[in-house]
Amino acid sequence: MTSSQQTEIEKHDDTDVVLSVQHVGKFFKLPTEQATGLKQAFINWTKGIKGYKKQQVLNDISFEVHRGDFFGIVGRNGSGKSTLLKIISGIYMPDGGTVDVKGKLVPFIELGVGFNPELTGRENVFLNGALLGFTHNEIEDMYDDIVDFAELGEFMDQKLKNYSSGMQVRLAFSVAIKAQGDILVLDEVLAVGDEAFQQKCDDYFTQVKKDPTKTVILVTHSMDSVKKYCNKAILIKDGDIVVNGNKEEAANQYTLENIQSEKKDAERKKGEYPDGLNEHCPLLQVKPISNQICKSSDTFHFEVEYDYSEQNEFYLALALHDLRRGGIAYDTGSKALKFTQTGHHSVEFEMPLTVFNNGDFRLVASLRTPSKTDPKKSDMVAFTNDANSCAFAIRDSKNRDYALLSDRALTIKCVETH
Amino acid sequence: MTERYHYSLVVLKELVKTDFKLRYQGSFLGIAWSVVKPLMLFGIMYMVFVRFLHFTDGTPQYPVVLLMGNCLWQFFSEATGTGLRSIVDRGDILRKIHFPNYIIVVSATCGALISLGINLVVIMLFAVVNGVHFTWRALLLPLNLIELYVFALGCALLLATMYVHFRDIQHIWEVVSQMVFYATPIIYPLSMVSHNYPVIGKLMLMSPIAQSFQDARHNLIDPQNVQIIWNQIGNPAICLIPYALSIAFLILGVYVFRKYSRKFAEIM
Repeated sequence: MTSSQQTEIEKHDDTDVVLSVQHVGKFFKLPTEQATGLKQAFINWTKGIKGYKKQQVLNDISFEVHRGDFFGIVGRNGSGKSTLLKIISGIYMPDGGTVDVKGKLVPFIELGVGFNPELTGRENVFLNGALLGFTHNEIEDMYDDIVDFAELGEFMDQKLKNYSSGMQVRLAFSVAIKAQGDILVLDEVLAVGDEAFQQKCDDYFTQVKKDPTKTVILVTHSMDSVKKYCNKAILIKDGDIVVNGNKEEAANQYTLENIQSEKKDAERKKGEYPDGLNEHCPLLQVKPISNQICKSSDTFHFEVEYDYSEQNEFYLALALHDLRRGGIAYDTGSKALKFTQTGHHSVEFEMPLTVFNNGDFRLVASLRTPSKTDPKKSDMVAFTNDANSCAFAIRDSKNRDYALLSDRALTIKCVETH
Repeated sequence: MTERYHYSLVVLKELVKTDFKLRYQGSFLGIAWSVVKPLMLFGIMYMVFVRFLHFTDGTPQYPVVLLMGNCLWQFFSEATGTGLRSIVDRGDILRKIHFPNYIIVVSATCGALISLGINLVVIMLFAVVNGVHFTWRALLLPLNLIELYVFALGCALLLATMYVHFRDIQHIWEVVSQMVFYATPIIYPLSMVSHNYPVIGKLMLMSPIAQSFQDARHNLIDPQNVQIIWNQIGNPAICLIPYALSIAFLILGVYVFRKYSRKFAEIM
């Protein structure tokens, strides 16, 4: 334990690094053959089969967390954030690099801290406290706080197996956040408990955010919480840090990654076309020119690339899909944009965004020819699937989030009261 | 450094307490079972081996010697058996919190040690009833138990490490420990072997289990009749082999466990 005098000094130094992760790499050996038995291990050994595949989960991760930080780690599923969290917590060992932790680290990973269903709530709190590195007396001191926060006072002498799953999680969560640790590590836990409990957690986090002595590392998929609580964030993608430090950038980039679908076209065999394309039109793609995170004052620039040579009169139709609210926000109409240049070309377009509120959008294109039977109509030759369409998002602090159209596009005025 | 050991000690205490609490969970007699069960088992053993089968070396204290051997074996078998499974059984905690995981194995063996303590008290009762005269040698008993514990812990650490990688170990160990059981003078007196095959009798004493069992019985119950390594083998250097073996096993166990324990959370 540090002496109180020492703690005083540290409190004032807010640039103090409490967690330093340097060049951390991690791979897992995924078993390709069943090798949990001696026999199989022996057979593999005699045959010279390694029996596993190496999978690199983290490449070269470096960042620092300072005392008092509320540090967010975001990334899509499978990007390696949970592995990183386990390395920080000392559960996994990094294959390369170093992790330096100053102070007592309290992890809350995968909902629950390893409770025993046969023990009472009270006994579990003490067992868990001990595992987290607290002495009996220290736990005694924070016990009331924990029980109060979990709102489980009357259940503490019940066995844990008689708790509802929500109650168990609430207790585990309360132990983690009320334990007097220096660094709190939380893994996707903000959806714990009912609404009232969540409100309580929200208050707690808001309060922790202001406390310069408490450090929290939070892994989450909720960009709202990142923006609300965190002062720093990193975005991890495929084991690399893509955005390091700026929480707005990390959150926006994460949103973008989610609305963009995986590009799988590279794996396609020759002679096969992705959905929407065919031998008449082997290429049709909408590509962004502007940044994909836009403000409402921006004009979004994009291009449509096509390869079509069969007729010298065809149309490009563009539709704007609203991914958050559903539906189609805008459509050019099937015969509005007429083209005559056959072959492989790109056409640049622009679109003002001022009418929209915040949202996630996707631009979908289709290539059409005049209908032979009905001159008013057109036949669709090709369209862009999710991978070939262009996604973008509008994020502007002047906007609201709920409705599609902004106040700039539409206002409702009161005319008269009867 | 001291803080680290203090932390380990706190965790160990909590784990042992929990295990002990959970052992007789949900039973009516609860903790009383820890005394009643060995008493009943001893009763059975006494009836079978002493009354029916007449296993004896002719000395009046043999029934107590036999019971003592059985209870020491029970300790070894429980310590290695639960020690073997301990890491895998507590996998859920290991995947969520980082703490020195050797404590899990130590706590499993400590549980067995508690049972041994209770059993020894029961044995003392039997011994008094049977007219055993305790000598100053009884004070050496803790040393024998420490040696046995050291050996059992070494084995448990090795087995626990292997079990994480190969689940076969559990079945292999069941067979091996059966073998060790019959290769150790537990239900038969050592004199039965050494009388006919003196060399085999001496070889048996090279095992830390047989040696410590004989030492413990010798010191507590019957210093006159129980054969120990020191009165069987003349060369003191050879006599030290089983003692050295138990320490070697602990060192090996700690080395192997430390080497592989870093990856436990990932493998399970």
